[in-house]
Amino acid sequence: MWNYTDKLKEYFTNPRNVGEIANPDGVGEVGSLACGDALKFMFKLDQNNRIKEAKFQTFGCASAIASASALTEMVIGKTPEEALQITNRDIADYLGGMPEEKMHCSVMGREALEAAIARSRGIDLKKQLEGEVVCKCFGITDREIERVIRENNLTSVADVTHYTKAGGGCESCRPEIESIIAAVHGQSRQEPAQQQKPAKRSLSNIQRMKLIEETIEREIRPSLRTDGGDIDLIDIQGTKVLVTLRGACTACPSSGFTLKGLVQSKLREFVSDDIEVVVES
Amino acid sequence: MKTVFLDNNATTRVAPEVVKEMLPYFSDYYGNPSSMHYFGGQVEKKVVEAREQVAQLINCDPTEIIFTSCGTESNSTAIRGTLGSYTDKKHMVTSRVEHPAVLNLVRHLSKDSYDATELPVDRKGRLDLTDLEQALTDSTAVVSIMYANNETGVIFPIEEIGQMVKSRGAVFHTDAVQAVGKIPLDMQKSTVDLLSLSGHKLHAPKGIGALYVRKGTKLTPFMIGGHQERGRRAGTENVPYIIGLGKAAELARRHMEDENTRVKMLRHRLEAELIKRCPDAQVNGDQEHRLPNTTNISFEYVEGESILLLLSAQGIAASSGSACTSGSLEPSHVLRAMGVPFTSVHGSLRLSVSIYNTDDDIDFTIETLPPIIKRLREISPFGRSR
Repeated sequence: MWNYTDKLKEYFTNPRNVGEIANPDGVGEVGSLACGDALKFMFKLDQNNRIKEAKFQTFGCASAIASASALTEMVIGKTPEEALQITNRDIADYLGGMPEEKMHCSVMGREALEAAIARSRGIDLKKQLEGEVVCKCFGITDREIERVIRENNLTSVADVTHYTKAGGGCESCRPEIESIIAAVHGQSRQEPAQQQKPAKRSLSNIQRMKLIEETIEREIRPSLRTDGGDIDLIDIQGTKVLVTLRGACTACPSSGFTLKGLVQSKLREFVSDDIEVVVES
Repeated sequence: MKTVFLDNNATTRVAPEVVKEMLPYFSDYYGNPSSMHYFGGQVEKKVVEAREQVAQLINCDPTEIIFTSCGTESNSTAIRGTLGSYTDKKHMVTSRVEHPAVLNLVRHLSKDSYDATELPVDRKGRLDLTDLEQALTDSTAVVSIMYANNETGVIFPIEEIGQMVKSRGAVFHTDAVQAVGKIPLDMQKSTVDLLSLSGHKLHAPKGIGALYVRKGTKLTPFMIGGHQERGRRAGTENVPYIIGLGKAAELARRHMEDENTRVKMLRHRLEAELIKRCPDAQVNGDQEHRLPNTTNISFEYVEGESILLLLSAQGIAASSGSACTSGSLEPSHVLRAMGVPFTSVHGSLRLSVSIYNTDDDIDFTIETLPPIIKRLREISPFGRSR
């Protein structure tokens, strides 16, 4: 039997904020019936851009239901930007901890929250997290695995399985997960010292511009287009990147987030980590 | 709080008569049955009696019973012991729905120098005997097929299987841990060479099992050491537990009719009422050839662990094939081998009755479970409450 905390049991037995919201500002769905757990999370904002209502529906075990319920309580009263600061660890801590094997339930909560906020800003996060499927049993991609390793400082395959389920089925992808762990940790140790800075130094202005253009083309534009929007690069001034949004994105009140959350993080990831994105209207 | 134990395929309550029978053999009669003095002698007599009681339950000769520590040891002894006796044969046959005690052993052995064929089952958990016929070769040393499945209760056609196995000159082992004590078995009329049974599935304690070895069956011992069990299983006899198993076997024989009438009716009522009261629920497995005490029901749109915990909060103990309850992330290999969709496997619930269950227990469960399913479906994004 799992060693659940009393608080987790309480949130499972008497879950808060179950259900749906009419005309929500954001909806995020993660998981599936086949995987054994799925979460639908939605929220509504008040006029001050704060979450006034959050609801969930969960198909899953006790810790999945409790995580989702906890999440709804945690986000109410926060702006979307504040809510995005919530990590899967925060959700687990809110419930007084969670068995390691069940941490994927908290990750699911975090993912659904992000998906819902992104969705409210016209981004389909699912597409961004696409990548190569590593775990075929649960459909987990390399990017999802990398991310959870980084955010939770995971060091073993068993950890990754607990947090994402990857490797928990037929187990054939375990060697691949092993090498992703090695790559992430190798990288994070070397990145600041060796890889990033020399790369930055060696980029000429033209190379830099090209790389920014490529990143927008490859990493950012496709996901905006699926939601009827688009992005144009206007200028690059040192570390400042000036862009405009078109189509559906211009009507979206939260385009500020779209850029901060998506464009800037992508450019920082692929070009250099000191890039500032500025939106021209 | 009222407690209702409906997880009797996992383990059973030790019968009070069994406990009473065992107790003196801890501190009063603590002799070693191998000893020459009176301390050993009085104990040896009780071990002989227990062996007779177990033999009677499955209608065999007492010399054909070897006491072991558990069902898993019996299975390992049977399979490894047979392979050890037929070193020129390198092939085994088993089914995909075996208990891990057999399946993981077979898979482990086939990493080395052995080959194994795992027979598939159909949607109702039944074997196709033409598959068995095709799997058998001159090199097949042992066929290990369970008597009845622990998750669904489906009973395999053991004697038909045995005839096919014998005609190809292989040894036939059956893991009968779930069958012994629940349905009548008669080794005098059987084709089975080796049969595993476990004490704690029939109201004896955990930590005791037995292996039936038909006279004349070659079997290399698994435990090597002293002369106990006529050299077939070394190690000082676990006297109180052997006596407990003997008593439990005697009781099982007496309760056999109750098991196949009253217990069967309890199961029937439980199953029929739950299916009636819960929409989108169905029984997994062949309902015709099935243990009298077991039902396995899938409730769509909900997850097994949640059902179990809410049931548990009401005092009802059951189990599930859901991934979250397995300790690994893999849902039930049995239901998946049957081709039960993942969605139904996650919401599967096994209820297993025993002679200690009452009509009240069943009534209480019939009243308690449907609202739990309904409540979880209200939380679920998939099932709408109906």
